[in-house]
Amino acid sequence: MTNYWTLRANHRRAATARAEVPAVPQTLEINLSGASLIADPSGALYWPEHGLLAVADLHLEKGSSYARHGQFLPPYDTAATLARLTRLIAHYAPRVVVALGDSFHDGGGPKRLLDSDRESLGALQRGREWIWITGNHDPEPAESIGGVFQETMQVGALTFRHLPTGTAYEVCGHLHPVARVSHRGRAVRRRCFAADETRMVMPAFGAFTGGLNVRDAAFADLFGTFAFTAHMLGDTRLFAFSAKRCLAD
Amino acid sequence: MPRPKRIDMPPLLPDAFTRWFAGRGWAPRAHQLELLAKANEGRSALLIAPTGGGKTLAGFLPSLVELSSKTGPKSKKLVSTGSGIRREGGLHTLYISPLKALAVDIARNLEMPVNEMKLPIRLETRTGDTPTSKRLRQRRDPPDILLTTPEQLALLLASPDAPFLFGSLRRVVLDELHSLVLSKRGDLLSLGMARLFQLAPEMTTVGLSATVAVPEELCRFLVPQPMQGEAHADLVIAQAGAQPKVTMLNTTERLPWAGHSARHALSEIYDLIKQHKTTLLFVNTRSQAEFTFQSLWGINDDNLSIALHHGSLAVGQRRKVEDAMSAGKLRAVVCTSSLDLGVDWGDVDLVINIGAPKGSSRLMQRVGRSNHRYDEPSKAVLVPANRFEVLECRAAIDAVAENAQDTPPLRTGGLDVLCQHILGRAVGEPFLSDDLFAEIRSAAPYATLTRADFDDALDFVATGGYALKAYERFAKIRQGKDGKWRVTHPRVAQRYRMNIGTIVEADMLKVRMVRGRRGAGKTIQRGGRILGQVEEYFVEMLSIGDTFVFGGEILRYEGLVENEVYVTRSNATDPKVPAYEGGKFPLSTYLAARVRNILADPEAWRALPDQVREWLELQEWRSLLPPASDLLVETFPRGGNNYLVCYPFEGRLAHQTLGMLLTRRLERAGLRPLGFVANEYALAVWCLGDIDLRVSRRELSLNDLFAEDMLGDDLEEWLAESSLMKRTFRTCAIIAGLIERRFPGEEKSRRQLTISTDLVYDVLRKHQPDHILLRAARADAATGLLDIKRLSEMLSRVQGRIVHKSLDHVSPLSVPVMLEIGRETVYGEASDVLLAEAADELIKEAMV
Repeated sequence: MTNYWTLRANHRRAATARAEVPAVPQTLEINLSGASLIADPSGALYWPEHGLLAVADLHLEKGSSYARHGQFLPPYDTAATLARLTRLIAHYAPRVVVALGDSFHDGGGPKRLLDSDRESLGALQRGREWIWITGNHDPEPAESIGGVFQETMQVGALTFRHLPTGTAYEVCGHLHPVARVSHRGRAVRRRCFAADETRMVMPAFGAFTGGLNVRDAAFADLFGTFAFTAHMLGDTRLFAFSAKRCLAD
Repeated sequence: MPRPKRIDMPPLLPDAFTRWFAGRGWAPRAHQLELLAKANEGRSALLIAPTGGGKTLAGFLPSLVELSSKTGPKSKKLVSTGSGIRREGGLHTLYISPLKALAVDIARNLEMPVNEMKLPIRLETRTGDTPTSKRLRQRRDPPDILLTTPEQLALLLASPDAPFLFGSLRRVVLDELHSLVLSKRGDLLSLGMARLFQLAPEMTTVGLSATVAVPEELCRFLVPQPMQGEAHADLVIAQAGAQPKVTMLNTTERLPWAGHSARHALSEIYDLIKQHKTTLLFVNTRSQAEFTFQSLWGINDDNLSIALHHGSLAVGQRRKVEDAMSAGKLRAVVCTSSLDLGVDWGDVDLVINIGAPKGSSRLMQRVGRSNHRYDEPSKAVLVPANRFEVLECRAAIDAVAENAQDTPPLRTGGLDVLCQHILGRAVGEPFLSDDLFAEIRSAAPYATLTRADFDDALDFVATGGYALKAYERFAKIRQGKDGKWRVTHPRVAQRYRMNIGTIVEADMLKVRMVRGRRGAGKTIQRGGRILGQVEEYFVEMLSIGDTFVFGGEILRYEGLVENEVYVTRSNATDPKVPAYEGGKFPLSTYLAARVRNILADPEAWRALPDQVREWLELQEWRSLLPPASDLLVETFPRGGNNYLVCYPFEGRLAHQTLGMLLTRRLERAGLRPLGFVANEYALAVWCLGDIDLRVSRRELSLNDLFAEDMLGDDLEEWLAESSLMKRTFRTCAIIAGLIERRFPGEEKSRRQLTISTDLVYDVLRKHQPDHILLRAARADAATGLLDIKRLSEMLSRVQGRIVHKSLDHVSPLSVPVMLEIGRETVYGEASDVLLAEAADELIKEAMV
């Protein structure tokens, strides 16, 4: 190869590259039906009062799920997702972790876990409660992945479940919300928390998970109108936009 | 059937042919006879001829002559039962063209001599439009001559009866070879040819090409390359036609500083159209085509029939224009490179090129589109749209006069195309890897392929090519006990056929004209007509109510419904969203050097219009004009910001990359850059910090700022988030078969199902940065959307040759690029910054 590629050294991030943005991620406090929740720019939700960390739609083993049908997506998605989860757990040290369903891309996913990923998962579960909420991709409890399987989970006033029902006091996943805003002729599309005062749809956490635009009818059906806020995930902080201001795809 | 020896046959041309030529009042041209002689010697040949030189007939003449002497009716007793059957007759000549419309037209043109001489020859076309029944029949009972495209060849080869079909092949004719070899389609074609040479070792090739800089490279493309050294086809050069008359429009209007519209010269252009029978108006981008077409109709008092042709228009509409043109019904066609190739139109007596010509070979090919009467000179007028383009036009006219060519060098074959081909080979017939490697190396673009790269490609096809061997049990191809690789499941073959080809368009969306606007409780009525297609990323920029020009009209964006862009007609006089990209070529390195020479040489200014000469003189007085090999960097304050303007003349793409990398450095140096803008000639960066002061205090060295090592870490870091790089990766991923193409009809469901290549890119880049697809994407980025290769060459050229001029205000030379500010500001891909701004704005709004 020509010299301009060999010039590149190891992939170190220049710490000073973007001086105006703080290096430590900034979280956002979201009040949901009186519960004080912390939204993390990684797409996770932490509830300090209960020491509870929630993540939605991990879609582990999505790569290998595609590979079964001849599309060899990189087999690194599970490791990538678990690595991000590891950092979060190290930071918040939660007592309980709730995976809000579709934790595996398909029912055979748990069996395909690589040994190294299975070990990472085990390490994450050690010393804490781990709840697998069942989702439409993984409706059946699976063996050898630890944790407890539940359809829903009630904590305080809030219900954690996979499929949104539109009722108040719920935190759910499934829809993979993303929002798009434009500014100065350029548009940015990011995953987001979609929330009003009583309900929240969490962003998908998995490395290979795409998204559904919050301007889709599914969100209007759920929230009644577009009277909710899209908390878009930035690299180091969240950005709040009224869903009314967001653009369709 | 052994090939009959005809070397000692005295007259090259059989009587029937001689009579036919005479009957039409023609005489065979020297190069036509020369190609015939080469064929008789069993040699492959490249013919370089101007348009109108009887090039196509020359290419087919040897085949027509050979086939005309066929004795008796063809034996058709044998029917394909698989490979290995040898029989009389069968496919004799394969013709491959980059355009399927061209294949169809050539077939029509060939019918004439075949019918008039009553030759026992069957010729047929095979394109994506050919009905399945005919395609099946063609496999069983092939014609003598088959006219087709590179993609169809790949499909034919990926079938078990390929040895039967091609075993009888004697000749392959490659049309518009100069154009084919520039793209990945050329890579695919070269691999297909390597296969054909295996199936039909006696086959020879004929390449037809416009004039190119290094014909020897095309000669290599035409024959199998040995393991050591090089092999070449013979070169046949047709006598050049008359020297074209190329002039620059000597406008009486004021020449604009910037822009590409040539608005100032419209009435002069209109007068030229009036004075000629048929005019072809070439422009560089689709938006320019739209603008020019619309403006010309605005002043078309004589109601001249002026048409529009570009690649985004619906196919039916384009065909209509082409047919009207053939029928001599049009006075002018405004077109983009969509008409660079194609059918010859004898009646065009003027070519007008609006805007910069970009390269001398490209210009000569365009000029050659006029006056196909060969011995009469073609006539062309260049219309520069701004002052820099005057310099470029001048340089191009000089280059044409010297017949100086600047076509790019032959590509190194893409690894993504290689992956596609390997799967195709397995679909066709089981292979041994050593044999396939040798076969692939015989294709000129892959002559330097390493065994390691080949093995990686094979590994990718089999199981994805991951260091983590996770997918062995899902393998698409597997080695059998005999050591041969074969596909594991018929489904793999089926999917291969659905995803063949190297043309990956940006995701295109159909534009549909609807009645009734959205809003006020009204719903859009469906069912209007389709106007054409636009790129998905252009639509992403639009908000409902925005207006843009398309198909010669100003349209209002009404929304995206499923995969169609709904628009209504707008009364607006100026579109709000000015442009969408497409068909923009960078200035060739060669012309760029000529432009730098003109700038550096006041003697050369005499050939320039007064306005331009005065502009340069002013620049010399206020700032300076650098020697041709140096890089001028100007710094000046303006409106509270500090500007840095440099003039590399390396094209917009390379300048954009340079801008991205420079701003990263300036940011690290604490100079707080705010933005940059690039055009074909220059780059302007503006900062809050005082660059000039820092340079004068020797705290900042411009030589360090422009040091080549910016192509190291900075580049890597930028690539991580660059949307251009992600687009490049997506193309490679689709060609190599990692991601499947989208098909009409299943778009809606697949939009949600299909995995985003951006996510794959992010993960792969972190976990296996040397994966074959990332290597393929980097190789593409070097010459494609990021033009890193050219930037690298420029940075190395100007090392220690940076001339800094510190100024109090804007210099005359910088005006054009300064005028682009606000029109096309790019800064970073840092969408977080954008989000923060958008969010802040919202807060401000809320506080008022």
